[in-house]
Amino acid sequence: MNHVFMTATEIAKDFNRRPIFRDISFSLSSPSSLAISGKNGAGKSTLSKILAGLISSTRGSITYTLNDKQVGIEEFKHHIGFVSPYLNLYDEFTALENLQLLSRIRATTQQNETRMKDLLRLVSLWKRKDDLVGTFSSGMKQRLKYAFALLHNPIVLILDEPTSNLDDEGIEFVQRMVKQQKEEGVLIVATNDKKEACWCAQEIHVGMPEK
Amino acid sequence: MKAVKYLAIILVTFVIIAGIAIPMVLQPQSLLEFPIIPGLEDKARNIFFHVPVAWTSVLGFLVALFYGFKYLRTKNLDYDIKSVSSAGLGMMFCLLATMTGSIWAKFNWGSFWNWDPRETSIFILLLIYGAYFALRSALGSDEVRARLSAVYAILAGLTAPFFIFIMPRIVGGLHPGAKGDASGSTPVAQLHMPPNMRIVFFAGLIGFSLFFIWLLNVRIRAARVEHQLSIKDH
Amino acid sequence: MNSIASTWAVVVKDVRSELRTRYALNALLMFVITSVATILFALREDELNPEILSGMFWVVIFFTAMSGLSRIFVSEEERGTTLTLQLVASPSVVYFGKLIFNCGLTLLLSSAVTVLYVVVFPAFVIKSALIFGLTVFLGSLGFASAATIIAAVIAKANTKGTLYPVLSFPILIPLLMTVMKSTARALDGELFTAALGEFQILVSYLLVMTAGSYLLFDYVWKE
Repeated sequence: MNHVFMTATEIAKDFNRRPIFRDISFSLSSPSSLAISGKNGAGKSTLSKILAGLISSTRGSITYTLNDKQVGIEEFKHHIGFVSPYLNLYDEFTALENLQLLSRIRATTQQNETRMKDLLRLVSLWKRKDDLVGTFSSGMKQRLKYAFALLHNPIVLILDEPTSNLDDEGIEFVQRMVKQQKEEGVLIVATNDKKEACWCAQEIHVGMPEK
Repeated sequence: MKAVKYLAIILVTFVIIAGIAIPMVLQPQSLLEFPIIPGLEDKARNIFFHVPVAWTSVLGFLVALFYGFKYLRTKNLDYDIKSVSSAGLGMMFCLLATMTGSIWAKFNWGSFWNWDPRETSIFILLLIYGAYFALRSALGSDEVRARLSAVYAILAGLTAPFFIFIMPRIVGGLHPGAKGDASGSTPVAQLHMPPNMRIVFFAGLIGFSLFFIWLLNVRIRAARVEHQLSIKDH
Repeated sequence: MNSIASTWAVVVKDVRSELRTRYALNALLMFVITSVATILFALREDELNPEILSGMFWVVIFFTAMSGLSRIFVSEEERGTTLTLQLVASPSVVYFGKLIFNCGLTLLLSSAVTVLYVVVFPAFVIKSALIFGLTVFLGSLGFASAATIIAAVIAKANTKGTLYPVLSFPILIPLLMTVMKSTARALDGELFTAALGEFQILVSYLLVMTAGSYLLFDYVWKE
């Protein structure tokens, strides 16, 4: 598997002129894992979106190095898997169609139907693969998000509230998957849950100190 | 900024006094007499006020556009303060230009609004200012508001060159100096004014521009204080 | 090559989504019928001259487009799929994908309005098909290019529906003035060379708007 190295330097984010967090710095080299913890509204989701390259930070920078070559975020994006409550799939398409259409848009790897089918089996959605996502329960949607996130074998996996809406079987799946991910690539988990934070080797705390 | 302020006050005061008080005679003999322009007569005095105000409304948009562009490059919210302050002033001057022009048009062309190319242009500028502020009030956070309103100002700026090509094709002009203007008022528009009128006219242009710069400065400082206070409140 | 395939995939996704949900298509179709019917009620007895008819033609297209073209970004924003799309595609891929979709939709819309006008207004006789066809084609593309970037802007706002025509109108005025003039020429049966100036304006408007939108889209799309 590819080797990846990512460095965040003094990241800060403001919202409505007020700081959400300041001076977040760390570096991760695969294999490794990092937990992002903090209170509600401290900016865990915001930081995970910044790391995934979906929003930009107010100050500071992140560099991504892939096999000793520094790459821009638009290229590196194709090596990131992201699961977040803010990320939804298309209600008007079926589970399988969602995976097919999104991987066509991504267009870096060839469509791999067997991989899609394996993943759908893995997240126990195989029987419902031809049903519209609009008819899914929130737990099933969360499972499908995992299938989407893992579709392109990402080196970096960013999970925001990883087990929300999942049942015991789903949580078990996530635990297995997380274990494999942190041994092979980079795992970042944004969570409030102490147990989930324990999955990771390092932990950073976000948020502004109380005045 | 003090110098700008006093110069603006002196120039605008001079334009108001000279523009209104200097008599118009058939055969001007001294610097203190303006010639009578057939078809315009005393109505010609509007040029000292209407044209500088209209120019300032365009200046306000250009400055807002410039700082909007700088905001997108730097993401520094202070540029957004400058941009929106300038747009607000520009909109005020745009309303003034519309009103002074419209009242003048009633006496000269017989109705308040005629869809002459320049009237159409100032109307579009008003619409752009209106849309700009409507957009700002509908956006949630300061950062998003700054970003998207800058984008909109630039988009609106992109369409400006088209009017220069399109307007003459659509309607004949009525403004003094335009092709469709039959009266003998061409000298005013083409700036073939006698030297003393020209001095007052340019004093008006410079005076109102300086006035704009001073007002802009005051507004920017006030807005900065306002934002600092609102942050402290929380 | 990748980005072309990717852009096309965005178009395919949006077309399939539209065919399944009919969010925009149904609204557009009903809007066209409603507005043309309103004009017919208002002007039942009057013989209309080509100048007025060509103006009304674009008035219908403008307001209809304003009811449907914003869907393309608003639906992504409302359903929270914006992040998903950001994750799989670069901003330029998304922009051109959406632009192509909106171009198709606008062309479809203006063709529908053309057919309807020819049928219901006896005075709407296209004497110069070449001028008319080219005007509708270039006009629709220019229209879509401005409407697409404005749609991306208003998708982030609170009051999306009312704001869309307010923001689009000042940007579209140069285009609207030109296409109305040139449509009137087509109805008058003027020579092709007479409308050459209008075509130059339409082509440059399309290029300036598309290039400007492409450069500004990053700032709109990515927070």
